Amino acid sequence: MDFLRITSPHGHGPLSTAKVMQTVLLATLPGLAAMTWFFGPGTLINIIFGGLIALALEYAVMGIRQRDPLFYLRDYSVLVTSTLLCFALPPYAPWWLIVIGVASAVLLGKHVFGGLGYNPFNPAMVGYVVLLISFPLQMSSWAAPRGLGEVPGFTDALTALFFARDYDAVTMATPLDIMRQNTGLLMDDLYREATQFGQWAGVGWEWVNLAFLAGGVWLLYQRIFTWHGPVAMLAAIGLCAAAGFDGGSSNSGGSPVFHWLSGATMFGAFFIITDPVSSAVSNRGRLIFGALIGVLVYIIRVTGNYPDAVAFAVLILNFAAPLIDQYTQPATYGHDRSSE
Amino acid sequence: MNSVHTIHGGIHPREEKQLSRPGQVIDAGLPHELILPLSQHIGAPAEPIVSVGDHVKGGQRLAEDQGAVSAAVHAPTSGHITAIDMQPVPHPSGLTNVCIRLTPDHADEWLVLQGLADYRSEAPDTVIAHIRAAGISGLGGAGFPTATKLLARERSAIHTLIINGTECEPYITADDTLMQVAAEQIVAGAEILAHILGAETILYGVEDNKPAALKAMREALAASDDALGQQQVVSFPTKYPSGGEKQLIEILTGEQVPSGGLPADLGIVCQNPGTAVAVRDAVIDGKPLTDRLVTVTGRAVSHASNYRVRLGTPIAHLLALAGFTPGSRQRLIHGGPMMGFALETDAVPVVKTTNCVLAPTQEELPAPPPAQACIRCGLCAEACPASLLPQQLYWYARAKDQEQLEKHHLFDCIECGACSWVCPSSIPLVQYYRAAKSHIVETRDDKQRAERSKGRFEARQERVEREAAERERKRAERKATAQQKAAASEADDPVQAAIARTKARKEQAAQTKDAS
Ligand code: SF4
Ligand code: SF4
Repeated sequence: MDFLRITSPHGHGPLSTAKVMQTVLLATLPGLAAMTWFFGPGTLINIIFGGLIALALEYAVMGIRQRDPLFYLRDYSVLVTSTLLCFALPPYAPWWLIVIGVASAVLLGKHVFGGLGYNPFNPAMVGYVVLLISFPLQMSSWAAPRGLGEVPGFTDALTALFFARDYDAVTMATPLDIMRQNTGLLMDDLYREATQFGQWAGVGWEWVNLAFLAGGVWLLYQRIFTWHGPVAMLAAIGLCAAAGFDGGSSNSGGSPVFHWLSGATMFGAFFIITDPVSSAVSNRGRLIFGALIGVLVYIIRVTGNYPDAVAFAVLILNFAAPLIDQYTQPATYGHDRSSE
Repeated sequence: MNSVHTIHGGIHPREEKQLSRPGQVIDAGLPHELILPLSQHIGAPAEPIVSVGDHVKGGQRLAEDQGAVSAAVHAPTSGHITAIDMQPVPHPSGLTNVCIRLTPDHADEWLVLQGLADYRSEAPDTVIAHIRAAGISGLGGAGFPTATKLLARERSAIHTLIINGTECEPYITADDTLMQVAAEQIVAGAEILAHILGAETILYGVEDNKPAALKAMREALAASDDALGQQQVVSFPTKYPSGGEKQLIEILTGEQVPSGGLPADLGIVCQNPGTAVAVRDAVIDGKPLTDRLVTVTGRAVSHASNYRVRLGTPIAHLLALAGFTPGSRQRLIHGGPMMGFALETDAVPVVKTTNCVLAPTQEELPAPPPAQACIRCGLCAEACPASLLPQQLYWYARAKDQEQLEKHHLFDCIECGACSWVCPSSIPLVQYYRAAKSHIVETRDDKQRAERSKGRFEARQERVEREAAERERKRAERKATAQQKAAASEADDPVQAAIARTKARKEQAAQTKDAS
């Protein structure tokens, strides 16, 4: 009798790529809930619409590349890309903005390099930056959070998506914008005067960040990634902010807590820089990778002119990742650590 | 005295050890035919010294070891030699090899065996000669001839002998069982080994998932009256692959075997408990290695257990004993699920390295799904006990980038399979590394061969030229002699005589070698 010939190992661990991706998607739920509560269903609609576009694109590209499209759709990776991108887009964005963003992420961010695993840049951030450079106006108009303006409903969201001209957005400068433009007010006064400021950071934003933090900690607990990247990034942002805090003067760049809980900090730390494909490989490498992103985020936030800095910082460090890898190759068993 | 050290990486696959009821031994009896491969070890195959039709007794030597790295083969029972021919043998690539086939006469008549009365008073070389004569090669790992391994004492001073009772592969309980039923013999064998090596310390490393074995070993140690010095049973947390030789050394000593080096470079030699018992039997009783414990397990057999099996027993015989019901897409694994290899046929025999025959059902160990893209998640790097970057190695292996492969220390990969086990994209990583390694070795060999043949070509060229010059000179000489009309006969030519002498010497040497 002939037996089945397969090479060792003959068993396999419990994790699959599809499961990893599903877990990441699940972990975005707290963040999504917070965003929906504070900014209405705009982000949710973005994600659903963007997801459909992404699936269709992936199906088409895999068909053109003569692979079995369903096999590739089943790994959920394209949904993760589109979902992460759509979190970063302003709620109530018009359909074409989402289509261009998702197409850039999937095609420019991934497939031109040869598909999943070969992409040197974070695809979601590629999509984001393409949009930011091409459509700066649409990209920097954020809805006002609950409490400061009326939160739109589902019909508003669908109108905004498909009939952008008929939709009047209630938008507002984000706390990061205000902080950057502030020249005259002491921190305490700024918090008192600008209604956008809440307990620690921006109204709504602080809770959104805490929600993403919760999702991220859950992913850590699920061992989807290691702590090195996120912790290094948050620590670096904290240190930079502490150094630039200046006792809360009008030149201050904002406190560490402000930076931790503003914009895309937590989202970036746990959902963007942890994209394994485009980050450094070793744990030591990820410490450096995360820390440098943190530093860049702070610098771009206080000196740059963009709504947020995470996307640029991540893309720049994606460039540097291979170099970091080269210098952080772990000491192999039996090799003298000092001679490496 | 010993604190336990941790190693990098590792995984926790389902252990499945209880399935084969460790501690219980069933005698596998005598099959219709024993198939004894001449090569059950690493090194040169043994050379048969019996012929078809011979009647042999149990314990009789059937094939002699050849050269420094080799092991002899003995008859596991009495009977007739029925054939010496090519048979399928357990091998990852399904090879056939020369085997001596023995049909038992069921009298089980044995030679009178003679051990050493007091090995402690003997020179180490005498004891090693006994071990070599018993045909012992490692019963745990790759099957390195034990006598050869013991020569490490000539290379470096050995201070520690490690008995590797880790058995970290899931399912296998042969060593666990042996430690439970033969702890005293293990200790006795270890003491002999330590005596030969001049080691003052013996460490018995056992994972903490084998409480019964730990207890038996500790009791056997307490009962031992050996004055040799320090012996200790060390238990440590269960994790695959703690039983890798290099990993175990780091766990027990905190030191790492230098890349490309041997444990002996640290003054350490590792042996398997089964090998220790075989050494004891050879030295004390004069008994050659003709049987071993084999775990037969998996959910496709109804009587999973450890069997005492005579070497050469066809695996089909064992499976029949264990109540094997093959399913669809049945796999049969020689060794454990992590590092064992799939057998093509159950006609292959149990050999000295067969520690386990695993017959899983399809649900139990499903065939891997098709590989997906590497998402560089790094789980493999976290699991790698050698602290390699498997994802990078995979990359470079696919690109056939030999330089980067060696820079990323491909050759420090112990092929444990932990990386493949964790990989969420089900990439058969180890398969790539094996292929890349053999490819690199081949290229190296090719290069060496090319250089050698280049050298040979140049030497030949030189010789041809030299000979031509010589001929020319001789022709001139002969002409001159003829002219001088010297009338000597050709038989006196000293060159011819020298050639004849060398030829005779060579033939004589070849004859003596054949006779030995
Ligand atoms: S575990 Fe698999 S998918 Fe993850 S980095 Fe390693 S090879 Fe790639
Ligand atoms: S097979 Fe090699 S690369 Fe993979 S985990 Fe084991 S030692 Fe590391």
